[in-house]
Amino acid sequence: MTSLTTPLPVDQSLLYPSPLKEFWRAFSHNKGALAGLLFMLVIVFCALFAPWVAPYSPSEQFRDFLLTPPAWLEGGQGRFLLGTDELGRDLLSRLIHGSRLSLIIGLSSVVMSLIPGIVLGLVAGFFPRLIGPAIMRLMDIMLALPSLLLAVAIVAILGPGLINTVIAIAVVSLPSYVRLTRAAVIGELNRDYVTAARLAGAGLPRLMFITVLPNCMAPLIVQATLSFSSAILDAAALGFLGLGVQPPTPEWGTMLASARDYIERAWWVVSLPGLTILLSVVAINLMGDGLRDALDPKLKNAA
Amino acid sequence: MLSFIVRRFGLLIPTFFGVTLLTFALIRLIPGDPVEVMMGERRVDPQMHAAAMHRLGLDKPLPQQYLDYIGKLAKGDLGESLRTRESVWHEFLTLFPATLELAIAALLFAGTLGLLAGVIAALKRGSLFDHGVMGLSLAGYSMPIFWWGLILIMFFSVSLGWTPVSGRIDLLYDVEPVTGFMLIDTLLGDEEGAFLDALRHLILPAIVLGTIPLAVIARMTRSAMLEVLREDYVRTAKAKGLSPSRVVFIHGLRNALIPVLTVFGLQVGTLLAGAVLTETIFSWPGIGKWLIESIGARDYPVVQNGILLIACLVILVNFAVDVFYGLANPRIRHQS
Repeated sequence: MTSLTTPLPVDQSLLYPSPLKEFWRAFSHNKGALAGLLFMLVIVFCALFAPWVAPYSPSEQFRDFLLTPPAWLEGGQGRFLLGTDELGRDLLSRLIHGSRLSLIIGLSSVVMSLIPGIVLGLVAGFFPRLIGPAIMRLMDIMLALPSLLLAVAIVAILGPGLINTVIAIAVVSLPSYVRLTRAAVIGELNRDYVTAARLAGAGLPRLMFITVLPNCMAPLIVQATLSFSSAILDAAALGFLGLGVQPPTPEWGTMLASARDYIERAWWVVSLPGLTILLSVVAINLMGDGLRDALDPKLKNAA
Repeated sequence: MLSFIVRRFGLLIPTFFGVTLLTFALIRLIPGDPVEVMMGERRVDPQMHAAAMHRLGLDKPLPQQYLDYIGKLAKGDLGESLRTRESVWHEFLTLFPATLELAIAALLFAGTLGLLAGVIAALKRGSLFDHGVMGLSLAGYSMPIFWWGLILIMFFSVSLGWTPVSGRIDLLYDVEPVTGFMLIDTLLGDEEGAFLDALRHLILPAIVLGTIPLAVIARMTRSAMLEVLREDYVRTAKAKGLSPSRVVFIHGLRNALIPVLTVFGLQVGTLLAGAVLTETIFSWPGIGKWLIESIGARDYPVVQNGILLIACLVILVNFAVDVFYGLANPRIRHQS
């Protein structure tokens, strides 16, 4: 019998890949998700560097160039790539600056509902006797109102404006985080590792945030992406109804509202802001689908 | 079955009281006090102010105020509009049929087209048609419908002149409101062309309002059908030599419908929220436009109880969907 003299090369496929690498492999497999990510990177870039990317200030009025069509049309001007609005403001610059508002509203409302949502969901999962059902009933009540209507009602109380828009959208998306967290927590609580942690003497906060929470993150990350896109939609809808960010701030929905009067003679002031909203929301939803498939294969056909 | 319905109904009661708490809190959460807000910018004479506070019952302790509110609701008193002095309930009843007509038209549009597209996409999985349906439905549920409405108006009403821009019917026609549904009322009346005119007014708003439900229904039908087509009973049906259409529609679609119907029910909330936007764009005289105008005019009794009425509507529809679901699926009924 001869013994092997050369050690076998390590089979790469048997090594356990790092979670990040594994995630990226699954995510980048999805072409739609990659396209969405790319588009969002462009938007984020525009938002971060708006004053440098945009050709003009969003409020600069070129009084001699009211409602100039986009550059490629007859009568268009090379200096106003996407044309100008009814006050002679450069549309492209306003759209670029508008991306700042949409991202700020989306991001802050997600953070403002994600954190309380997680805490409430953990509490509801850990105390299933009294506090849990009370919290869940409260969330049911909030779900009884269509989200946009609840947001409208909240803005009606607080008054229109950027911060109130964020608050309204955050409140509206709270219930879904609470429900998701609670459902995930209840699923985890019976697992052996939780019992082991309990027996090892882990305190309640440690059990909640360090033992259980990291294992519940997948659906929450997916939900955060999806509610980011609906935050952008709701903010634009509120702006369109005159209840969101007020003009002359270049918010996409608010821009649409003031463009309504020019629907017969200037299609670009109506089409372009809406198209920007649609593309951003599609991009985020594509990313959300990719995230869901990559993070949580079980959910693949759920929605 | 009866005990299932009773149990589900029992769950409605706390939800209902929760919603009344919410609408009750609405008025009290306004920064400053409601009387000042309602009076607007004018300076209010302190004596008048106190009188108004007393008249509205706002000088009593909060729990007492809440009980008064519930008591009034129990008597069917929803207060009156500050603008028109009409009772909120009466205004709701006059405007609601317009919203209902629009919503039914939107659901019919979304339901037929969505089911059809979903079934075909599932049958031709991976085909160009399938990819087209999935892509369009992604665009559909990402759609800012207020913009979609403007684009359709721009194209069909302004450029082509096919459909009217706004309203429910041309001012030329004088339609007797019998049922409140314009399509039925114009048929009952004898004015020529009124029905067609009403129909032309309805088409665009219905498409706009139906877009998101259409996308959701198409996606849901597709995935439910894909699941069902893999089942053994479908294979058995095929093996028995049944015609393909019988297999797809009787054995397949009927079983795929259960999750689709749930989604249908869930879309009612979306529909009512969408109605706010759609009615604003098309000047459709329904409850959505009414609510937004009342907010603009600071007509708080209307805002407060309009929201309460809409919430009750959503709760009741969800209850109906649950009951229906229980009827269709015994496993749900027998869960504790």
